[in-house]
This record gives sequence, C-alpha cells and structure tokens, in this order.
Amino acid sequence: MDPRRLRLGFLLAAAAMALAFLLPPAPGALPLSARPYVWEMGTAACLLCLLAAWRADLGAAIIGLPASVAAAAASLLVLEDPMVAGSAGPGFWLIAIASWLSAGLCVATLARLRQLRRKAQRAIDLLVPLLFGATVFYLWEVGVRGFGVPPVLLPAPSAAASRFASSLPTLGADFVQTFVRGVLIGYAIGCSAGLLVAILAHRYQFLGRGLLPLGNFFAALPLVGIAPIMVMWFGFDWPSKAAVVVLVTFFPMLVNAIAGLSAAGDVERDLMRSYGASHRQSLAKLHLPAALPFIFNALKINATLALIGAIVAEFFGTPTQGIGFRISTEAGRMAIDMVWAEIALAALAGMAFYGLVALAERATTFWHPSYRT
Amino acid sequence: MTSSAPALSLRAPSARARHVLIARYAPLATMVALIVAIWYVATVAMNWTLVRDGFEREETPYTLSDVLAGTMDAERPLLPAPHQLAAAVTDSVFGYPPLAPRSLVYHAIITLQATLLGFVIGSLFGVALALMIVHSRVLERSLLPWIICSQMVPVLALAPIFIVMLGALGLHGLLPKSIISAYLCFFPVTIGMVKGFTSPDPLQIELMRTWSATPRQMLWKLRWPAAVPYLFASLKVAISISLVGAIVAELPTGAEAGIGARLLAGSYYGQTIQIWSALIVAAALASGLIAITALVEAGVLRRMGAH
Amino acid sequence: MATEPAVRRLVVDAQDISLTFETADGKVEALSNVSLQVSPGEFLSFIGPSGCGKTTMLRVIADLQQPTSGTLLVNGMSAENARLARSYGYVFQAPALFPWRTIEKNLKLPLEVMGYSEAEQRQRAEHYLALVNLKGFERKFPWQLSGGMQQRVSIARALSFDPALLLMDEPFGALDEIVRDHLNEQLLQLWKSTGKTVLFVTHSIPEAVFLSSRIVVMSPRPGRIIDVIDCDFPADRSLEIRETPEFLKVAQRVRNGLRAGHSYDE
Repeated sequence: MDPRRLRLGFLLAAAAMALAFLLPPAPGALPLSARPYVWEMGTAACLLCLLAAWRADLGAAIIGLPASVAAAAASLLVLEDPMVAGSAGPGFWLIAIASWLSAGLCVATLARLRQLRRKAQRAIDLLVPLLFGATVFYLWEVGVRGFGVPPVLLPAPSAAASRFASSLPTLGADFVQTFVRGVLIGYAIGCSAGLLVAILAHRYQFLGRGLLPLGNFFAALPLVGIAPIMVMWFGFDWPSKAAVVVLVTFFPMLVNAIAGLSAAGDVERDLMRSYGASHRQSLAKLHLPAALPFIFNALKINATLALIGAIVAEFFGTPTQGIGFRISTEAGRMAIDMVWAEIALAALAGMAFYGLVALAERATTFWHPSYRT
Repeated sequence: MTSSAPALSLRAPSARARHVLIARYAPLATMVALIVAIWYVATVAMNWTLVRDGFEREETPYTLSDVLAGTMDAERPLLPAPHQLAAAVTDSVFGYPPLAPRSLVYHAIITLQATLLGFVIGSLFGVALALMIVHSRVLERSLLPWIICSQMVPVLALAPIFIVMLGALGLHGLLPKSIISAYLCFFPVTIGMVKGFTSPDPLQIELMRTWSATPRQMLWKLRWPAAVPYLFASLKVAISISLVGAIVAELPTGAEAGIGARLLAGSYYGQTIQIWSALIVAAALASGLIAITALVEAGVLRRMGAH
Repeated sequence: MATEPAVRRLVVDAQDISLTFETADGKVEALSNVSLQVSPGEFLSFIGPSGCGKTTMLRVIADLQQPTSGTLLVNGMSAENARLARSYGYVFQAPALFPWRTIEKNLKLPLEVMGYSEAEQRQRAEHYLALVNLKGFERKFPWQLSGGMQQRVSIARALSFDPALLLMDEPFGALDEIVRDHLNEQLLQLWKSTGKTVLFVTHSIPEAVFLSSRIVVMSPRPGRIIDVIDCDFPADRSLEIRETPEFLKVAQRVRNGLRAGHSYDE
C-alpha cells in the first residue's frame, strides 16, 4: 500500500484516539482519563498508531494490529458502563473508528502482500479474511450496544454467543434431530440412489438419454415444497424430513454422476476395449474413478442442499425439536438471540459438513488437474 | 438434369431429420410414459386402504372395481391420480378470474412479484460486488472467502428471522420477501461472476496490456464478453433460488397469498390436491423462468457468434 | 540346403478391406480395397498424409473399427476374436495413463483385466518397467513424469501381457525431436530383443525408414496403398545411418510415393 496513504491512515487513527480522550463517551458520562485500564489501553493504542504512522511500511501493519486490539478492548470496556450503552456519543465512536481504521489498514496491507514461501502465503490467506471477519463482528457488537438497537431487531454477537453457550442441551437435541436423523440419513440414501441410477443409465444408453433431461428438470424445481406431502406420507417426525432430503439430493447427484460416467476420453475407452475388458471391468477401473470429481461436486452441492432441505422441511411442521422448528417457534416468540444461536449452529454444521466432504474429495481426487495448478 | 432430382434432395434431408427427431425424443417420451404408468399403479396402491375403509365406514356394498375407481377419484387422496391433478390444476388456473383468491394464477403472481424483484436486485448487487472484488485485491482476499463460506451455510433457513426483523422495522408484504430472495440469489451471482471476470486466458490479458488498455477498456472488451456464459449460468441458479426463497418467505408469518401460503394452508387443512396443484404451478413457474433465461442466453450467445 | 521351416502363420492377412462412412457432405472412403500381409517379426510402418487411412487401418486390425467389406484375419482369427484373445497391445498417440493410478498400477491395468495373479502382475510390471529404463518410478504418478517418459510407460504397458503383435499409432508425434530420436533408438532395441511384430503409424519419413523392415506408403481420398518398400538395413543400426546414401534413397522413394498419391492442390 502507498506509504503516504498508510501514514495518513494511522495518523488519523491516532488523532481519533487522542480526540476521544477529550470528549466524553456519552453525554454525562465519565471521560476516558477517569476510567481505570481504559485510559492505559487508549494511550497505548494512540502511541502504537503514531509509531505505525512513522514507519509506514509492512512493519506498520504488524504494529497496527495490537493498536486496533487495544482500542477495541478499550471501547468494549467503556460499553460496560450503563451510561454509555445505548446512547453512545462521539467520544465513544472515535475510539471505535480508531480501532476499525487501524485494523482495516492492517488488512489492506496484508492483502496486498505476495509472499513466495507457500506456508507464509497460506498463513496470510487465512489471516486476512479472519481479521476482516473479526472487524465486522466488532463493528456489529459496538454498533448494536452503542446505538442501543433493540435485541428483537438485531442482538449483539456476544448476546447470541452467551445464549448459545447456555442452551447447549437444546441445541444438541435440535442438532441430532435435524442433522443426524434428517440430513445424514437422507443424504446417504439420496446420493447413493442417484449414483446407482446413474450407473444403470450409463449401462443402458436409452435409459440415460431419457433420464438426463428429466433429472435436469427436477433439479431446478423448488423441491422443498414437497415437504407437506412427505409429512402426509411419513408423519411429522424426522422420516418425512429425511424423505425431503432424499429427493433434494437425488437429482443433482444423478445429473452430475451421469456427466461424470461419460467423462472418460475416447482414447481411454479404446484402451479398455483393446484389453477385451467387460463392461463391469471398464466401469470399475475407468468410468467410476474418472467420474469421482463430478461425484464429489454433487456431494458438495448436496451437503448444503440437504441441510437447507431438512431445515425448511421443518418449517412446515415438526413435533418438538429440530433446528427449523426452533427457528420458526423462537422467531414467533421474538426470542431472537435464540434464533441467532440456532443459525450459528446451522452455519457451523453446514461448514463442518462441507469441509469434511471437501477433505474427502482432496484425498480421493488428488490426481485431478484442478489440484495441481 | 431431371426435374425429380431437386424433389429427391428435398425429401431425403427431411426423412433424416424426422429420424433424428424421433431418436432424440423417444427415450424421454418413453421415460415420461413409464413414470405416468408407475404413478397410476402407485395411486391405486396407496389410496386402496383409504378408499376401502371409507366404503366400510359408510357400510355400503362395494366391488373391487368400485374401490379401483375410488382410488383415482378420492377427495383427500394420499397420492392423487395424474388426471385428477390435471383437472385440479386446470380448474385453479383457468376456472377462476386471474385475480380471485381461489385462482392459482393470483397466488403465482404474488410469488412471482417477490421472485422477480428479488432476482433483479440480487443479481445487480451480485454483479456490482463481483466487479468490485475483481478490481480490488483487498476485497478479493478479505471478502471473497466469506462469500464462498456462505455457500455452505443454509442461508434459506434465515428466512423466518429476516421476516421478523423486517416486520419489526415495519416492513411487510412484498418488500421483505424480495429482500430475502435478493439475499439468497446474490451469492451464486457474485461467485459466478467473479469466476467469469477472471476467466480470460492470461495470454489475452497480456495482449491487451501490450496495447496499453486501461482497466475500463479491459473490462468492457475482454472481461465482460468472457463472463457472459458464467453470467447466464448463475442467473439460472439465481432465479430458481429466488423462487424458492419467495415461497419459503411466505411460510413463517402465515401469509395469506402466494404459492408458499397455499402450500402451508393445504398442509394445515389436509387438502392434498391443493398442495399438489400449488407444487405443480411452482414447478411450472420455475421451468418457465429458467426457459426464458435460457432463451435470452441463446439469443445473446448467437449474437456473440456462438453456433 | 536344410529344409525350409514350415511357413509360419501370417500375423495379419487383410484382403480388400474397405471402410466407407457417411458424413454431412456425402460418403467418405477412408479405406478402399487395402490388402496386406504381415509375417511374424516384421516391423511394418504405415506412412502417409492426414486422411490416408493409416490410423483407420490400424484400428480396423485392432477391432476398434469395423470395415464395411473385405476379410481380415489376425493371428488366424477374426479381428474381434483376436481382440478378445488379447493378441495385441495398442499404443496410442497420447500416453492414456490413468492419473489416479501410480506408474506401477498403470502397468498392472491390463494384467488386472486379463486376470493375472498378484504375484505375476508385480513381476511383469517390474520387468517391463526395467525394459523401458524406468526402474524406480513405480510409485510416481503420471503427471510427475515428462511426456517422453509417459509414452515409455505406455509402451511397457502394451508389452506387459506379452502380445504377439504391437500396434503403435504415432506414439512419438507429440514429443520434441531430441526425445523422439532417443525413443526411436530404444524402440529398435526393444524390437530386436523381444522379436515382436510391430505395426507402426507415422508421418515422419526418417522415422519410418529408420525403424522399419517394410514401409507401406498410403494416400488419401480414397485411402489406399500406393507403394510397399522393403528396407533391409543392418540390425544393429544407429541413428547415424540417416545420413548414408542408401537411407536417403529409400527416403526419396517414400517421398515420391507420397507426392504421387497426394496432390497439395486438392
């Protein structure tokens, strides 16, 4: 980043921090200098920003990080004061701006780095989005608490996190109901059924030519709407949700597996033919391994679709537990922090599921060109 | 030389064309016919006990053929017969004036409004975000990973909470549904367009650099044309997800109009046929929207030189 | 004089092979009345411009394509039975190694299909890999090898089940000249030590003249044989003979055949 811009940015951050000492954080509240720990952290942040401004290079970014953390901590401590929370004034916002600005400069500098060592590059690739995410969460937290946003509208991340921590049993039961019973079982059945039918379609060309357009057609439909029908057939409990997941995951797998099984090149096919290989031998030794990238593509898509399907199916009715059930009932009860805790659970489950599938993909399709660039 | 020669050459291609047409559509037609046949068998099998118990309860004498006929004509069947569904859908679509609350056309329009509005907003936003990401390294390294992560999160499950939040802000009806649809479809559009804008061969980019092309020229002359296939691929995904979003958005607050509302009402009152009709109309909407997008895509690609 | 050994069975006996197919622009005669007889131990090259049918002829012999008329006997059987009896090994233009298998597993592929025991597979893989001088690369994956090395693996794979006949379709076409020369020498060594019958398709005149015991010159539209040239260079030849007058004479004859059958104004 342009050193002049970097210097200017850090100078602004330092100035904001210094100004925050002069103004009260909220009308009628104690100034910063009178608050224990806060004024130390504030001063540290200010000095670090000045140091960063003086250096104005990569080292400045590294210094900017602790500056940002110090200012953030200071602001969070100030928020504990009931006089400030809900009616924060310019004095407070200046601290938040100082923190955000130094963090942003750090992110911007790191993002422009191009390290030659693979490990260093990977560390930066991980650090930049994490830092960015942390700044967003921080702004969310101080924004909600500083402005006094009603919790019904948008709870602070800390409120949602504490609700998460305190409702672990409920969350656990919901997780088991929705994920372990609905998603996993439906995913396993749907994906294997899709693969089996694709293998049949590969064997009998006529079947394949008829099924492929149908598969494409059904894959694009709002299949979650079939949930009430499944409830009618399988009852309110998890089997109907698993049935929805089966349907939702079947078609993407079918379409992708059919494409994958015909992906082998002409030369490889001729090679197997020259060996006098039977159809089953060609399938096992050529077509299935060649189809793995496509199959895993479908497995990844289906990981997300399955979770969505199970949760949305629960919106249509479910007895007593489940992520979707909890979200819709708690939303109706305006217990928004519980809803966000459930959303966090669903997000974590979704990312973990997808991540596991992606790991399995890397282990089995390491040979594919897309991994070698 | 003879006058029959042109006639022969005219006849030969059309015979071959007809043969190709049959070869292409025969498997599909066979599959569809097979599915319909299996459907009828399933209808009879699934509704059998229902109908027979109905007869027994009314203590009327019945024969096998009575039960058979009954399975295909039940009022609240477990599985409606294809002709029953066809009749119900035709009735709901054409039997009432389009804006009457009992007409499925009315509900379809309500859902369609939210779908299209959300789709337009979400796609525009997605393209704009993709443009910003492609031109800013900082955004690419800090924001893009989060957008990719969001693909793994069941975003659709956030619909109820958005409805409540927006309801608390005083927004009801069309706007919150569109916002949900827009939120759902901007992710695939952003990711697809980032792929599209960065898809040109590095050789082509270097070529433009040798001509001292400005970033704007590179955008309009190279990146946009290269991104068009990706644009349409993600638009097709976006429009189907926008429709699903609009339908799901109608669920939590017990909305009164829209396809989702019809689905919910049908499921509360056990009106099987109503549920199925709503589903069929939703399917028709989805395929129609995707077909229109595909047509536009074909037209644009043809103008760009594809064949 | 001692009595002549009994006439050995012809490896390939093709009579009047024709292959015509329909395209949008009408009929195309890929092969037109091609007759050929190949004795065991020969190194036969097919040479000609694109579209002359040399690859098609090879594929017909391999039962990868069926002729529209004519008779064909491979090792005394129909082409299809010869394929099912695994009488030949085919080397394509591309190495066609499976990227998900190690080099060793790639070599074992035909042996797995043909039902050899585990021990036999391992032994053969080791032997043929050493034969093409790639010992030590068993655990590598195809993309870790250069193009020339991959093609050598492909040749080893074609030999691993000991077929009588080796069919090679422009195997060195995608490689640079230096690697190509090196592989030509290696192939010659291989042919001498294994004594197999080799049918080799190429469009490089020096390569054909250097390697072959007999050259078949073909021309397109329709695909037919223009000339058959016998070469009898010494068995232990090296690349230097490419500058000798005898070599150049044969090469000239090939070139004339090519010119006669193919007008560049078409």
